[in-house]
Amino acid sequence: MSTKPLKQIHLAAHFPGVNNTTVWSDPAAGSHIDFDSFVHFARTAERAKFDFLFLAEGLRLREQGGKIYDLDVVGRPDTFTVLAALAAVTERLGLTGTINSTFNEPYEVARQFASLDHLSEGRAAWNVVTSWDAFTGENFRRGGFLPREDRYTRAQEFLATANELFDSWDGTEIVADPGPGRFLRDARAGAFTHRGRHFDIEGRFNVPRSPQGRPVVFQAGDSDEGREFAASSADAIFGRHGTLKEGRAFYGDVKRRLAAYGRTHDQLKILPAATFVLGDTDAEAHETAHEVRRLQVSGATAIKYLEHVWNRDLSGYDPDGPLPDIDPEVGENTIAPGRASVRQFHDPRETARQWRELAEAKNLSIRELVIATTARQTFIGSAATVAESINELVQANAADGFILVPHITPGGLDVFADTVVPLLQERGVFRAEYEGTTLRDHLGLAVPGAEPAGEGVVS
Amino acid sequence: MSELHLAVALDGAGRHPAAWREPGARPAELFTARYWADLVSEAETGLLDFVTFEDGLALQSSSATGPDERTDRVRGRLDAVLTAARVAPLTRHIGLVPSVTATHTEPFHISKAIATLDHVSRGRAGLRIQVSGLPHEARHFGRRTVPLPEDGLYEEAADHVEVVRRLWDSWEDDAEIRDVATGRFVDRDKLHYIDFEGDHFSVRGPSITPRPPQGQPVVSAAAPDEEGAAAYGLIARTADVGYVAARDIEGTRAAVTAIRQARESTGLAEAPLHLFGELTVFLDEDAAAATDRLGRLDALAGETFADGTTVFTGTPVQLADLLQERREAGLSGFRLRPGVLAQDLPALTRRLVPELQRRGAFRRAYEADTLRGLLGLARPANRYAARTPA
Repeated sequence: MSTKPLKQIHLAAHFPGVNNTTVWSDPAAGSHIDFDSFVHFARTAERAKFDFLFLAEGLRLREQGGKIYDLDVVGRPDTFTVLAALAAVTERLGLTGTINSTFNEPYEVARQFASLDHLSEGRAAWNVVTSWDAFTGENFRRGGFLPREDRYTRAQEFLATANELFDSWDGTEIVADPGPGRFLRDARAGAFTHRGRHFDIEGRFNVPRSPQGRPVVFQAGDSDEGREFAASSADAIFGRHGTLKEGRAFYGDVKRRLAAYGRTHDQLKILPAATFVLGDTDAEAHETAHEVRRLQVSGATAIKYLEHVWNRDLSGYDPDGPLPDIDPEVGENTIAPGRASVRQFHDPRETARQWRELAEAKNLSIRELVIATTARQTFIGSAATVAESINELVQANAADGFILVPHITPGGLDVFADTVVPLLQERGVFRAEYEGTTLRDHLGLAVPGAEPAGEGVVS
Repeated sequence: MSELHLAVALDGAGRHPAAWREPGARPAELFTARYWADLVSEAETGLLDFVTFEDGLALQSSSATGPDERTDRVRGRLDAVLTAARVAPLTRHIGLVPSVTATHTEPFHISKAIATLDHVSRGRAGLRIQVSGLPHEARHFGRRTVPLPEDGLYEEAADHVEVVRRLWDSWEDDAEIRDVATGRFVDRDKLHYIDFEGDHFSVRGPSITPRPPQGQPVVSAAAPDEEGAAAYGLIARTADVGYVAARDIEGTRAAVTAIRQARESTGLAEAPLHLFGELTVFLDEDAAAATDRLGRLDALAGETFADGTTVFTGTPVQLADLLQERREAGLSGFRLRPGVLAQDLPALTRRLVPELQRRGAFRRAYEADTLRGLLGLARPANRYAARTPA
């Protein structure tokens, strides 16, 4: 028996979003917009003592073949506004929002996060994403396109600038002493100057230091640059690698990079996204999982997915028939502009060749092929099996915990909260009560100290 | 007589720079949700139509050229939209109207933020659009050369609101169909590009957020006395509610006439427009005590208080008289700015409101669930919805 103390698992809940993981056709599926859905979801997560709730973001309705994509959930509320409202109906749950660094300005985003952190008494977190496509940029006055070499440097400078704004108040400025009439101790509160390649700004930040100092920062990129960015500046990674082998490789790689920035392993949490399907028995869960996959990938969805690779209109193909024998259109992807998912196919012809081979070997139709090759459920089984899998992965350093993505809104988390969480609590690997009040407390992250005053320069 | 509409302006500890030093002002709590929830709840007990939340993208300053380096006044503000969203689930009837600066914000973000405020409040959202020509505020963004021309700012703000409004309509109410048979979640013929092209920006659309419960949340804008025609134009072109700051009834009448005339030449000529008078108020059961209190606050602040509009000191009964007199200039309501929130907000909700009710000039219960409903504004048709052929 090992004497090494068990790692504590971190759990979070991703509100089901605009992608084909979300099954909207289920009779139990509710609104993705009504506030009641968010309240239900958040309260379930808080009842289960989860670390935080997570919201994704997309700033242009998805299109394919020049038309708005209508097969998945379409539409979502504004991230900040929903999180601020959820702060009123929860007390401890962390509130993590995905906010784009391309279509915003540091001053505005910093004051929104600082405000959210005040209004939630220290529960705000920011998943920093960066996109650069002119397609999304058409919705914004500043436009969107960034040349490749600027993508990460701008995101990095955006975050560094926001941090300078958060740190422009150290938390001791407000005296609010009516007798002598001193509201501020320091007339220079909030002063900042940032001269950089992407931002050249100066003045006074107008939100006093918030309970967490800075919001907890998430990063989601998986590229080499993304990992480096996370190692240098993030508190947590919203990751993709939920299996033992891939998870351990990713975990080891990213944690190794921390030392170069003078950071320790516990200062960056690795939290992969994970789906789950539960059943009374493992066999029943697998049966349900198969059904869920068929609901997630309809014939029409399969064709649309294939078009991402083929980069051409495949609407004439039968989803229950064989893969197209024509080759993908190579070059700039024009079929689904702005979609991150198309960029994962670096060599569409090679992907097509592999898929044809797989389909022929296993006699798969287009739909079956897409079901087989796209993301499967991470955890399938009885509550005991799922609890065991989660714990194993965390104890084996494949992850520090998981961001769970239910497929039903808003009740998809309920069964997990009711059946898996108690088992993890019994094993002593997941909190039975919140021990702290802030998200930093839940994640075991220190409050950042104010950096020494000075001019921030990022070049 | 018909009933007045009443809104109250929330900002820090109140309009007066020394308000935070008054008993009950809770200056150390200005950045907490509880403080704001208490204020809005108080306003709701008074059956007020809505509260506005002041905001700005710079530290408050008594100087137009930059920070004033003062340490004796409230400095710092929470984001108004988020503060409104934070109190929305805690209230049921009162409208929530945060201030938004058009000059430095993305209309796409503002549109979905206010639409979402409308969703989380179930139809009680509005916004108060404003411009900023302050050079030091522009330097927080670094994207625009200063100084910014005043007239251009109002034109740009009108474009901003046009985009915000088009985006609210970019989803028809029944766009979400969840048609299991065809696998379609939305009917994309009911989602619309807005294709706005203006001098300052172009925006394609549609919004990412479905049409809000009110269809069009309430848009309001101020006409500061000193800014005249440009600000009147913004109200005329964009607003459901315009705020008229004037020091007397003649000034009010002139502003009302100018705004109504400007409205005639816009696309909204047929749409109802509320014009609210703006008054800053210091109330006491005894008129002399109210005047004394203002004097005491002025002594603390080291200057005589002025607020760009009528500054009223007196009793709630006297204020009721003034409101009824001033409305004759063509106003349908007032946005009252409490000098000291801790004292003057309860005086409004517990003294002024009952007095107006006694005179038959204010509601005795909330009669609608949405802000448009409280203001007597119908839920508007969607500009993009297919018209039934005649």
